Amino acid sequence: MPWTKVYGNKAEFEKHLAGEPGLRGLTYREALLEAASQMLASDPSVFVIGEGVDDSGGVFGTTKGLHQRFGKDRVMDSPLAENAVTGIAVGAAVAGMRPILVHMRVDFMPLTMDQIINHAAKWRYMFGGKLNVPLVIRSIVGRGWGSAAQHSQNLQALFAHIPGLKVVMPSTPFDAKGLLKASVYDGNPVIFIEHRWLYEHMGHVPEESYTVPIGKGIVRRPGKDATVVGISHMVYESMKAAEELMGEGIDCEVIDLRTIRPMDTGLIIESVKKTGRLVVADTGWKDCGPGSEIITRVVEEAFGFLKAPARRVNLPDVPTPASPALEKAYYPGAADIVSAVKKTLGK
Amino acid sequence: MRKELLKYGMQTLTKNILDRMYASMLRIRMFEEKIVELYPEQEMKCPVHLCIGQEAIAAGVCLNLKKDDYVFSNHRGHGHCLAKGSPMRPLFAEFYGKATGCSKGKGGSMHLVDAERGILGTSAIVGGGIPMGVGASLASMLKNEERVTAIFFGDGAYDEGAFYESFNFASLKKLPVVFVCENNFYATNSHQSARQPGCRISDTAAAFDAHGVCVDGNDVIAVYKAARDSVSRAARGGGPSLIEAKTYRWKGHVGPEADFDKGSRPKEELDYWVERCPVKAFRAFLLEKNVTTPKEMDEVASAIKAEIDDAVSFARASPYPEAKELLEDLYI
Ligand SMILES: Cc1ncc(C[n+]2csc(CCOP(=O)(O)OP(=O)(O)O)c2C)c(N)n1
Ligand SMILES: [Mg+2]
Repeated sequence: MPWTKVYGNKAEFEKHLAGEPGLRGLTYREALLEAASQMLASDPSVFVIGEGVDDSGGVFGTTKGLHQRFGKDRVMDSPLAENAVTGIAVGAAVAGMRPILVHMRVDFMPLTMDQIINHAAKWRYMFGGKLNVPLVIRSIVGRGWGSAAQHSQNLQALFAHIPGLKVVMPSTPFDAKGLLKASVYDGNPVIFIEHRWLYEHMGHVPEESYTVPIGKGIVRRPGKDATVVGISHMVYESMKAAEELMGEGIDCEVIDLRTIRPMDTGLIIESVKKTGRLVVADTGWKDCGPGSEIITRVVEEAFGFLKAPARRVNLPDVPTPASPALEKAYYPGAADIVSAVKKTLGK
Repeated sequence: MRKELLKYGMQTLTKNILDRMYASMLRIRMFEEKIVELYPEQEMKCPVHLCIGQEAIAAGVCLNLKKDDYVFSNHRGHGHCLAKGSPMRPLFAEFYGKATGCSKGKGGSMHLVDAERGILGTSAIVGGGIPMGVGASLASMLKNEERVTAIFFGDGAYDEGAFYESFNFASLKKLPVVFVCENNFYATNSHQSARQPGCRISDTAAAFDAHGVCVDGNDVIAVYKAARDSVSRAARGGGPSLIEAKTYRWKGHVGPEADFDKGSRPKEELDYWVERCPVKAFRAFLLEKNVTTPKEMDEVASAIKAEIDDAVSFARASPYPEAKELLEDLYI
């Protein structure tokens, strides 16, 4: 399937596109825009709400022009009131709408925790299944250009901790479109986390509306020597690392986790049973993060298959610094994955 | 009687409405008193926040609502559900933790629901239900439904940021929602004056370009009138209102006992408000004006008693949820 492929950059994609006529390419941002546009067109219960969703930039282009096409009631700007607006989206969802709420940066979501954790996540269980919260909260991770401590965080672990939520982090344009639709129609509150560095990525994206299942990871590159689980932007770093390692005769299997909660444990365990080695590369901090969870599950269910201690690649245990010199030291990349994989091989 | 009613500007107040006000308040009072009676048995194993003394607000507001209008309530929510028309069986069963409870035993007394009657769940996070109520009214607006949402909250919730953010949004979008602040002067043991410099809750509305009114929350007709005005304003696109209804809770913050003996509040304060009991005052009014006869009132009381007895037996006889239900209902 061409769309399960990961292309490292636009040029690489365009090279492939030339060889596969009939397939259409979109960027990640265009894929999100198309998904929203198709759902707004086909379903009156869908609406988009958030700070600046109707401005000229359109949330990095992902909502651009939608208000002109669908009106300001369906693509609704909101006051700077993250907690209440989140609760308003929760209430609208309980009352039968399918809101797509956008918080431009994950860093603003700590202000919404009451409505997400105490309300959205609880509303079905606490009332014995009598009510549902079909809500999607899109949010964006920043990186670089001195964005610093309050505009670049990766808070997926906070949400992944909470029963009642789902947490999705697509890495390719195809998945961005299909997972957004799956999230809107999932019926549960879904935290949908995008990474700014993915917006320019290109890939094959069919024009028709489709879904990608929540809770399913995917093998981006089969291999036999070590399993590398990548999350969001780190999938690309993992692919680069795998290529580099191949040059040294080490054959990595790269899994794109795609959904943090519920986690596709089965896929990872299958892979580890084959490779016996595991590295998890996440965009966030290490402690109590998805990497901790993945390794724990492998230890619980496939301990005997591990030939070496598992490794994690994460951010250092400090907030994001601003200086380019410090940023460079802060963000891990393919090289860190390469060395983590080598460690599992005793090299 | 007509003259008295004209004083309230309520030419259309009929005996029917007045009788329903009385029945609604009495139903809440007797329901709560039954909990006071049974709670010491420790068979209702969840905290209960009683609204004895505050019945006129729920009754006066909800009589203006249609069955499918939405109500959002809070931890002190029994009265709101009853006034909105919820039957007693699922409520008592919920307090007893039974599978037949309105939330199948997963919510307890602080998390009541009755979707059929527009009660889309209840938050016990102070102020937490307010944004959701605004969201439900946004849904009504987007769907072009003729539906009004009433949000009940306390003077304590007025301290919370969620209130201001939500009220601002509701006024900005002219949503069909009525904010009902039940000002009983206390948030647990903390007096309003210890938390708010102004103590003029309803005045807040002006800053948001919305309608605000302060009423005697123990006067059911005053509440009814304010709510009728606000509900019709909301329904015709006039945006939200903030009704501040001053009242007093007779029992402690939580549980069936009074709290003055624990030093929380002066006994004289309670005595003053018990003297101004909303049910007693309205009963006297109805009798004095010859609206309702004592016999009619007795009939109302015995019907309520029968409903309570039935609901309590139902709740007691109902099964507990099975252990397998523990893991159910999390995701769709
Ligand atoms: C966010 C939050 N803070 C504190 C509490 C604890 N608490 C429960 S009820 C309550 C008092 C609420 O007072 P008010 O809103 O006036 O309602 P009342 O109990 O008087 O009806 C408090 C502080 C809570 N449930 N939620
Ligand atoms: Mg209070």
